[in-house]
Amino acid sequence: MEQLEIASHIQAAFPDEVKGINEFRGQVSMTVKKGRIKDIMSRLWAAPEFYFDFLEDLCGADYLGRKEPRFEVVYTLHSMKHRHKIRIKAEVSESDCTIASVTSIWAGANWHERECYDLFGITFIGHPDHRRILMPEDWEGHPLRKDYPMQSDLGDREWPGFKAVVETAKKNKRYEVR
Amino acid sequence: MPLETTTTKQSEMTINVGPQHPATHGVLRLVLDLNGETVVKCTPHVGYLHRGIEKLGENKTYTSALPLSDRLDYISNMTNNVAYCLAVERLFGIEAPERAKYIRTIMSEMTRLSGHIIWIATHALDIGAMTVYLYSFRERERLLDLFEMTCGARLTLSYARIGGVRCDISKQFVEMLRAFTDEFPRRVKEYETLIDQNRIWLQRTKGIGVISAEDAINWGLTGPTLRGSGPSYDVRKDVPYDAYGDIQFDVPVGKAGDVYDRYRCRMEEMLQSNRIIRQCLDKLPDGPILAADAPDLVLPFDAPKKKTFEMSLSHASIAFSEERDFFPAGEIYSAIEAPKGELGFYIISDGNTRPYRMRVRSPSFIHVSAMPKLSEGHLVADVIANIGTIDVVLGECDR
Repeated sequence: MEQLEIASHIQAAFPDEVKGINEFRGQVSMTVKKGRIKDIMSRLWAAPEFYFDFLEDLCGADYLGRKEPRFEVVYTLHSMKHRHKIRIKAEVSESDCTIASVTSIWAGANWHERECYDLFGITFIGHPDHRRILMPEDWEGHPLRKDYPMQSDLGDREWPGFKAVVETAKKNKRYEVR
Repeated sequence: MPLETTTTKQSEMTINVGPQHPATHGVLRLVLDLNGETVVKCTPHVGYLHRGIEKLGENKTYTSALPLSDRLDYISNMTNNVAYCLAVERLFGIEAPERAKYIRTIMSEMTRLSGHIIWIATHALDIGAMTVYLYSFRERERLLDLFEMTCGARLTLSYARIGGVRCDISKQFVEMLRAFTDEFPRRVKEYETLIDQNRIWLQRTKGIGVISAEDAINWGLTGPTLRGSGPSYDVRKDVPYDAYGDIQFDVPVGKAGDVYDRYRCRMEEMLQSNRIIRQCLDKLPDGPILAADAPDLVLPFDAPKKKTFEMSLSHASIAFSEERDFFPAGEIYSAIEAPKGELGFYIISDGNTRPYRMRVRSPSFIHVSAMPKLSEGHLVADVIANIGTIDVVLGECDR
């Protein structure tokens, strides 16, 4: 099925949910509200004419100051049987930074959603193992947000924890510190 | 005094494998809950090699973000370069010239060979067949020499360019590569004689790490890891990029979905890659190697002398053609078939010289997430076989 055809089918089935359909270089992306994302995904997965059995990719995107709501969760779906693709973008606002998890539909979404939580701070409701994945568990902030700095604000100054590390090392006397 | 007898009772034990463990192919850490020798629960921990490549990519220009892709799957760099360049080309609407496409295809398949050689070497070494390592690295060395001959680097090539490749291949390269491809099928036979009929190898691989076709698709597995279970999904056939549309090749698939079938798939794939390289060398067209409208650090060699404007950046000045809208706003998901599986780049452009969002869909990340599915209920020793069979590179997994 053509991508635009799939999009229009979904728009007919969920008229209140679909906010826009957009085509760029032959790839169709459909922007939806996050409220019934799981219903839309179940439909795309289960309906025999769509049969999107393969979640190719799931990632977040941050549009700080450019768009409201701020975040988007982007799902790239592929059907192994029909060999067609579609991209669904669910909008997530900063004040209510949650969205339903799709791990019950595609098991492969598990780590993608953990990564999205880790790097963007979007909480996935119903996720079986909701932890950070790439960053350490006690990390503060979510690195891929646009307001997360690329470099530290220390500049040339010394990291304040450095002295303490040196003191501890001296105390233990196992390493010679100059 | 009589000795006190302690009753040993079967109890659960938690052990930690990695991150510094020779069989985990990098810095993968697995926490295994064991009941006797059976794995009850397997929890992978990743992120030890996280360098923030996606964040870095957003802060670099399209051209200067290219070397970052080398650092993803550091043993098959060329496919990463091609994946990135192809994504940007599709975004900009540039088409690489024919010769560049063929050179890229040759290089991608050479990378696939060297990637699979590393895989068979380490996988066999993990399971206990050490000899394969010594033989297979001989061939890898020749491939690396060929890479060095073309672009001066052996590991981090950065050879592909947006709109083509960096430099042309020489006659000598073609001759040496042809000699290599003449010989290579015999070498694959050699590896097979070492392990294919080996009783220990068969016992360690047959019926281990079984995953059905439906489960494999549901978990998002791609590449040989998926094809071992039956589905013939291959991006090279599905959405032919570069020269794959003109080339004849088969996609080997397995049936049982166990470690052995995935091993067979990859061995067959090596022969198919060899076939692709030979065809490309026969068909290799003449012509330019860089599209005339490609953005680069220097102007393309035979570009028409148009009015250009210079854009001074922190390190280099990049010349852009004024007549072309180089940076359209939009988004693109573009995938290629890397040795490990489907490597996808999702780039959002806001019309600026830097990608607004650069997402890397790496196969290893997904494959590691399926480790519990493959390992739970099996023995500890099979966990090692499973790590080998999903062919994980942590640089790509952690990004």
